[in-house]
Amino acid sequence: MKKLRFHPCGNFRDHYKQELAIFETDFGRLMLWIGIGLLFAAVPTLSSPYTLYVVNTVGITSIAAIGLNILVGYTGQISLGHGAFFGVGAYAAAILATSANVPFLIAVPAAGLITAMVGMIFGIPSGRLKGLYLTIATLAGQFIIEYTIIHWESLTMGTRGITLPEASLLGIRVRGDLGFFYVIFILLIAMTWIAVNIMRTRYGRAFIAIRDNDRAAEGMGIPIFQYKLLSFGISSFYAGIAGAIWAYYMISVTAEPFNLMLSVEYIAMIIIGGLGNIPGAILGATFITLLNELLRWFTGILINTNLFAGLGLNMAPLREFVFGLTIVLFILFEPRGLAEIWRILRSSFRLWPFSY
Amino acid sequence: MNFFMQLLVNGICVGFLYGISAMGFVMIFKSSSVLNFAHGELIAIGAFLFLVLVTWAQLPIALSFFITLAGCFALGFIVERLFLRPLIGEPLIFVIMLTVGLAAMFKGLILLIFGGNLHTYPRFLPASLGIDYGPVNIPPVYVATLIIGITFLVLFGLFFKYSSQGIYMRSVADNQRAALSLGVHVRRVFALSWAIAALVAGMSGIVLGIINGINVHDLSSIGLKVFPVVILGGLDSIGGAIIGGIIIGLLETFTGGYISPSLRDVVPYIVLVFILMVKPYGLFGLVEIERV
Repeated sequence: MKKLRFHPCGNFRDHYKQELAIFETDFGRLMLWIGIGLLFAAVPTLSSPYTLYVVNTVGITSIAAIGLNILVGYTGQISLGHGAFFGVGAYAAAILATSANVPFLIAVPAAGLITAMVGMIFGIPSGRLKGLYLTIATLAGQFIIEYTIIHWESLTMGTRGITLPEASLLGIRVRGDLGFFYVIFILLIAMTWIAVNIMRTRYGRAFIAIRDNDRAAEGMGIPIFQYKLLSFGISSFYAGIAGAIWAYYMISVTAEPFNLMLSVEYIAMIIIGGLGNIPGAILGATFITLLNELLRWFTGILINTNLFAGLGLNMAPLREFVFGLTIVLFILFEPRGLAEIWRILRSSFRLWPFSY
Repeated sequence: MNFFMQLLVNGICVGFLYGISAMGFVMIFKSSSVLNFAHGELIAIGAFLFLVLVTWAQLPIALSFFITLAGCFALGFIVERLFLRPLIGEPLIFVIMLTVGLAAMFKGLILLIFGGNLHTYPRFLPASLGIDYGPVNIPPVYVATLIIGITFLVLFGLFFKYSSQGIYMRSVADNQRAALSLGVHVRRVFALSWAIAALVAGMSGIVLGIINGINVHDLSSIGLKVFPVVILGGLDSIGGAIIGGIIIGLLETFTGGYISPSLRDVVPYIVLVFILMVKPYGLFGLVEIERV
């Protein structure tokens, strides 16, 4: 029988392999399995479709946020076009499903590949630009994609939008919030597993090297332009997959949601979750989605209480204000995000009563 | 030909406005290399402050103009002190996202107080200011804009050239470490440049408000249109901002007039990508050659 690993009382790593280990202890792995089991056991018992809708939204945004974290957190290329890539994925799936009758199982990965290609095209400026110049180039990409989606009417039906057929998986129809819950979360687990493991290969190490010092990386023989493009491709592949699932889940797609605000929200997710941390991306996506829903609920109450109705105030801007405030507070007080808070919390339990 | 002339004049007027809006942005970037995504909101704050003073408090125009500028100056100072100073030396993405967060906060606040409707100032410009010369027809507001804009350009030119604070600011922009070692108070320069930039933003907000009326969404989208303008002119050149603004303005009006009105809003960004690929430091920017 394998010897179980527990927390050592110091840092005794003497092998690179130990540094690469995903789980520090076997207990951690067990807890993860228990957590996944609980998730799949507990969520289907939730009767309210609204709760299921929130859980599913968390799952979809988590997939896209993981993708953005590969690009921003690990490769260090700041992109303000992730929301548009998400939209490209949604439209690619919608067009494939309606005009080419491609089944769900093929349409989703195909949408991911198409988005990866679009992402690599908009990643080409990274060959010559870096830092804030690249950020501005991706901002331009966001506007260009948005314009193309609205005005390429023969393909995207313009502002009328596209309605998707029902999704079916190997003959089983995926229906309702619960059906999508299984699809989304199995996909999320798979995509998380892939992302965590990409970061342990030579590709992941090359990404991190480019982030930390691009000149040194080039000096060590990493062709940085190819790797930056690859990173753009992987990141938009994730966005495309998430967008495609979202399109099927929402049944119809229009161009409105994929604006600059969505891109900003994705960046906010990975900053609040923790840059360069894949579980952090999931935490951040959960945080922002729940914050959005909470604020929607809160503004709903404020409007219904008639307290402000007489003043003719529109409370929706409150959401924008709180959203901005959250970003600012996280950057000022915990720039390493929720993942860092979680780590401090865990280690203070472990070190109790001598935690500091 | 008449149509062409009118488009040309319109384009120059709109472009001059873009240039003035971009001036504050360039000032912040030049001294502290912060990419300010909240610039449109600073513009909007200036416009709304002026609105409050003129219509609600019923103050005379000149007085409210100066109070607005002073208020914006103070606001820029406070923003730098509270939010930007803790981030000196932090990675780029945090600084960028901080200004994005500030933009959302300011926009939310303005919407909360004033709503998303269009507000207008009372008319106060004399009609005799307009130029009506054959086919060319420039309304009085644009003439006033031109006068205000050129006055500010000259004032800032003199300020940067002759005043000691202006020289400190230029030295920090040129080489932060050398300036620091020669005894320039770099943090004060940062605060001052934010304050001046907010002042310029407030001024351009008033001008934009006189011309198009005040609407938060329009003004904050001007803040994003600043990006093509400053990239074209060079991120750290104030004169380049004006010329970049005029080129972008001409491009927009001609695209809108001759090709298609819907393409108008996206053309600056397409140009932006090409400039970034071909000449990333713009027409007048400082070239720091680093091929990556």
